[in-house]
Amino acid sequence: MTLHRRDVVCELLKDRGDLLVIAGLGSTAWDITAAGDTELNFPMWGAMGQAAMMGLGLALAQPKRRVLVITGDGEMLMGIGSLATIGVQQPANLAVVVIDNERYGETGMQRTHTADGVDLTSVAAACKFRHSITATQDVAAVRQLVYRSAGPNFATVKVADDKLPLVLPPKDGVLLRARFRRALLGSSADVLPEER
Amino acid sequence: MQPDWPLEIHRELTAAGVTVVGYVPDAGHKRLIELCQADKRMRAVPLTTEEEGIGLVAGAWLGGEKSVLLMQSSGVGNLVNVLGMIKVCRFPLVMIVTMRGEQGEFNPWQVPMGESTARVLETMSVAVRQAGDAQTVAGHVHAAIGLAYETQGAQAVLIAQRVIGIKSFQEQRNQ
Repeated sequence: MTLHRRDVVCELLKDRGDLLVIAGLGSTAWDITAAGDTELNFPMWGAMGQAAMMGLGLALAQPKRRVLVITGDGEMLMGIGSLATIGVQQPANLAVVVIDNERYGETGMQRTHTADGVDLTSVAAACKFRHSITATQDVAAVRQLVYRSAGPNFATVKVADDKLPLVLPPKDGVLLRARFRRALLGSSADVLPEER
Repeated sequence: MQPDWPLEIHRELTAAGVTVVGYVPDAGHKRLIELCQADKRMRAVPLTTEEEGIGLVAGAWLGGEKSVLLMQSSGVGNLVNVLGMIKVCRFPLVMIVTMRGEQGEFNPWQVPMGESTARVLETMSVAVRQAGDAQTVAGHVHAAIGLAYETQGAQAVLIAQRVIGIKSFQEQRNQ
């Protein structure tokens, strides 16, 4: 059974509790928005390659919260070194899930390196991620890595190269930053850490 | 006598409550990196490229923590596009950059980026503070952290090569 990206992301974010979510630019930002835009989503509109590192920074700052990075294969390939950086830090509360359609979806569906067999799951395993899996049939095991198993965890979810309607989140970066911090930190978001 | 400027920077980071320090090593930052690694209040995060530091800083601030980035001037060239996120989201950013390609440089390959570092940063709306001598370094770092976090701005302190004082490969290796 072929998986479809919007179904996969909806299933991953179902009953998400207090999960913190970063999405890489492009299709995965639209996917998390289609699943329901919330303040604890940070969809990126740029800075390609930095989604996993934003997840690392957030996971280090919030060790008691689960952090999920959902990004595309092209975005992950651009920041592939960050897998090594995360492997060194070993954040137990971080999961990185690549929605892999083997295409650059925003620029004309050109093939990415994963279309020619480059295996991000193996890269993550070699970078000392605690669990690293590839899902092709269902996402139950991926949910386990996101919500329960100690990380850092990585999953590639192979999906069809569907071209879907855009579901756009807010694009004002200041709004996205401020709403996320308010929702996470409460009123203390408005003062510096030493003043809390 | 030269002040112990790496120690003074470390004191500024501690006083400001910085808990995350991302770095790509540079000989000029050797002592400061060691001080940060030894400090239990800080998480020192080695990066494979300076670009990763921008994601790290942004994520840490989403989670409520202050950070700084340490890098060499050549690494500034790796940041250009991702600095756009800092600007558009107004994430606080503090970079402490040790300069190459200046007075005493022995490697011509360091010169093009060294000569362009300040202009590249300013082009991407990062305020540049030039620390031309050891006495001024800590003050610039203090000001940069204050401005970055009080005003949600991007600040870089450039530490001149003559402050670092490395003039040969052998000296660099012996550091």
